[in-house]
Amino acid sequence: MAEITAPAYRVIPIIPALKPGAMEGTGPYVSGEKMNEALGFPGKLVDDWHDKAIAKMGDLLGKYRSLKVYMDSCVHCGACSDKCHYFIGTQDPKNMPVARQDLMRSVYRRYFTLPGKLFPKLVGARDLTREVLDEWHNYYHQCSECRRCSVFCPYGIDTAEVTMAARDILDSVGYGQKYDIEIIGKVHKIGNNLGLPAPALIDTMEGLEEDVKEATGIDVRFPIDVKGAEVLLITPSADFFAEPHIDSLIGYAKVFHATGTSWTLSSMSSEAANFGMFIGNYEQLRKVALRIRQAALELGVKRIVVGECGHAWRVAYSFWNTLSGVGEGADPDDKFAQMLQKQLDHRYRQPTHICEFTWDMIERGALSFDKEANDKHIITFHDSCNVARGSSMGGYPGGQFDIPRNIIKSVANHFHEMDPSTTHEKTFCCGGGGGLLTDDLMDLRVKGALPRMEVLKQVSDEHGVNFMAVICAICKTQFSKVMPIYGFDRRMVGGVHQLVSNAIRLGEK
Amino acid sequence: MSTLFAILFYFATLVFVVGTFYRIGVYTRTPAPLKIPTTPAPMNTGGVVLRMMREVFLFESLFKANLWTWGLGWLFHVSLALVLLRHLRYFTDPVWPWVAFLQPFGTYAGITMLAGVAGLWARRIFVERIRYISTPSDHLMLALFMAIAISGLTMSFFVHTDVIAVKGFMLGLMHFDLQALPSSIGLYVHLSLVALLMMIFPISKLLHAPGLFFSPGRNQVDNPREKRHIAAWAKRMESEN
Repeated sequence: MAEITAPAYRVIPIIPALKPGAMEGTGPYVSGEKMNEALGFPGKLVDDWHDKAIAKMGDLLGKYRSLKVYMDSCVHCGACSDKCHYFIGTQDPKNMPVARQDLMRSVYRRYFTLPGKLFPKLVGARDLTREVLDEWHNYYHQCSECRRCSVFCPYGIDTAEVTMAARDILDSVGYGQKYDIEIIGKVHKIGNNLGLPAPALIDTMEGLEEDVKEATGIDVRFPIDVKGAEVLLITPSADFFAEPHIDSLIGYAKVFHATGTSWTLSSMSSEAANFGMFIGNYEQLRKVALRIRQAALELGVKRIVVGECGHAWRVAYSFWNTLSGVGEGADPDDKFAQMLQKQLDHRYRQPTHICEFTWDMIERGALSFDKEANDKHIITFHDSCNVARGSSMGGYPGGQFDIPRNIIKSVANHFHEMDPSTTHEKTFCCGGGGGLLTDDLMDLRVKGALPRMEVLKQVSDEHGVNFMAVICAICKTQFSKVMPIYGFDRRMVGGVHQLVSNAIRLGEK
Repeated sequence: MSTLFAILFYFATLVFVVGTFYRIGVYTRTPAPLKIPTTPAPMNTGGVVLRMMREVFLFESLFKANLWTWGLGWLFHVSLALVLLRHLRYFTDPVWPWVAFLQPFGTYAGITMLAGVAGLWARRIFVERIRYISTPSDHLMLALFMAIAISGLTMSFFVHTDVIAVKGFMLGLMHFDLQALPSSIGLYVHLSLVALLMMIFPISKLLHAPGLFFSPGRNQVDNPREKRHIAAWAKRMESEN
C-alpha cells in the first residue's frame, strides 16, 4: 500500500488524454466459495458460465426497462465521456461511462440484436469470452454507481444501472466481488455490515452515554430495542464506532434529546447501508431492506429516521416503499405494505432523513445553538453522490442540497461553497462508493478522489476552508483515508451532525 | 425502375413501422421495478412532461454536458425536422399552408443539416475520446445522413428533378396507384438511402428517438415515499413468504 501516491493536480481542469490500459488488471478480490453459497450464488465460476451469463442477461433485459432502453439508446455522442471521476483520475478510456457501458453493450448486440448477430465487427459487437468476463469483473468494479454520467446523458442513460446488471450477472455465475458479498453475508447473519453483535452494540451505546455525560454533564440516552419508541433510527453501522462517524451519531442523539423525542436503535436491524443495491441484486436488496420492516413492526415505532449515509438514503428514499412498504400510498388491498403503513404516522414523511428531522426542528424553533462553538471550522459541504442524484429531501426537488446546507449555516458561522461544477447534482463521488471501499482497490480510490481534492484544495487555499462536511458514511471513511495522501489532515472531514453536536444547546430548552 | 422503388418503399415503410412499434411494445411491456429518476426530478406528472419537453426540444442534458456537441447535435436535429416537414409536400395534395410556409426554411435547413453532420463527424474523428468509442457503424450512420443531404441538396440547387412527377409517384404509392418516377440518378440515390435509413431505424442506435421517452431516469415522477411503486414480478415475491 505504501507505493500509492496521489496523482498530480491538474493546473486547469482540462479533459485528460487517454491512457489505454492504465487500469487493466484482475480487479478486486473474487468472493470465496462459502460466502457466495451463503447468498445462494454458485461457490465459484461455473463451467457453463457463458450460457448462464447470457441467460441471466436476457432475464435482466426482460425485468428492467432501464437496462433494455439503455442498451439500445446510446448514440456514442460522448457527452458522458469526460464526466466520470475514475476516468479523470485514471485516464483509462474504459473508465469513460460510455466505454464502460459498451463492455456490456457489445455483448448485448452480439446475442440480442440482429445487426450484431449478422455483422458483429460493424456495430462493435463481440462474443462473451473469458477475457470479456474478466474485463467486466475489473471495470465494473471501477464504477461507484454515482450517476454523475446520467446527469449529462441526453437520454438519461445511467451507467449505475449497467454496472449493477453486470455485477448481478457476475454473481450469478460465481464470479462476484469479495467485499460486497462478504458484507451482505454479515448483515443477514448478524444485522450489520460490521458484524457487530447485539451485546457489543449495547455496550458501545452505554459507553457513549458515559462519554457524553462527561463532556456535557447531561444524560443523553442512546436507547436500543425500546418497544413503543416513537422513532426508529436506522443508521450506517460505521456510526457506532468509526471516526469521524461516531460524532454524528452523538449529534443525532443530542437532537433527539433536545427535542424530547423518544427514539431507539434496533440490535437486529442495526444497518442503514444496503449493499444489495451495489451488486444489483433485487432479492438481496429486498432481503436486507426487510430487516428494517421487521424491526419497525416488532418495536411498534411511528417514524423511521435514517442517519447520514449516501446510498442508504437513496435506498431508503427511493426503494424502501417498493421493497418493504416503508412509506405511504400503498393500494388499500396491498396487505403487505398496508400492515406497516397503518402503523406509521403519516404527518411525517416516511422514511425521514436525519437532516430533514433536524431542519424541521430548527424551523419550528425547537433547537438552539451556540454557533461560536464551530468558529474554528471554516466549512464547505460535499454533496454525496447518491443523495444528490438518487434521492431528495424536504418534499421538493433540490431539497437534498438545501437542507444540509441550511443546517450547517444554522450551527456555524463560516461556510464556503466549492466550485459549482462539482456540487449539487454535478457533485463528484468521493471515490469509494458503490461497493469499492476496500483496501484491494486503494489505488483506484486515491485516483478517483482527484476531482474532489482539486476543488477542495482551491477553497482551502482561497478561503482557508479546513472542514468538509458530508452526510455519508462511505464519504467519511474514504476521505479520512485518502485525504492524507493528498496532503490534507484526515480530521478535515466530518458529518453535518458532528457540527450540530458541537453547537447544540442541551440545557434549558 | 418505378416498380422497383415502389416495392422498396412499401417494404421500407413496413419494416420501419412494424419494427419501431415492436420495439416500443417491448419497452412498454418491460417493467421498471424501482424508482430511479436522476434527481433533482419533478415530483408530479406535469413536471415530468416539462422535463421531457426540455430534453426533446432543447437537449437540456446535452447542453449541460458539452456546448459543441449540443450545438452541432441541435443544429442537425432541428434541420432534419425542418427538412422532414418540408417533404410533407410530396405526400399531401393540396399542400398544407404551414408546410408551404416552411418550404423556404426547409430548403436551407438541408444545408445546416449537412453542416451539423459534418461537425459531428469532425468531432468523432478528431476528439480522441469520441474516436475511441466510435464503431464503424457510427461513422456509416453519419455517412448515410451526409449522402442523403448531399443528394437532396444537389436536386434542390443543381440538377433539378421533376418534383411534380415525384409527388405524383408518392401520392400514387399512398393510394396504391403506381405512377412513373422520373428517371434521375440523384433521385434514385436519394430515395434508396432514405429507404435504407427507414429500414435500419428499428435495429440501430436511431432507437434513441423512442428510447428517450422510455428512459426511467427521465420519465419517472420522483414520489417514491408518497406512492408505492412495485413491478408485478417483484410483487409476487411478497406472496411467497
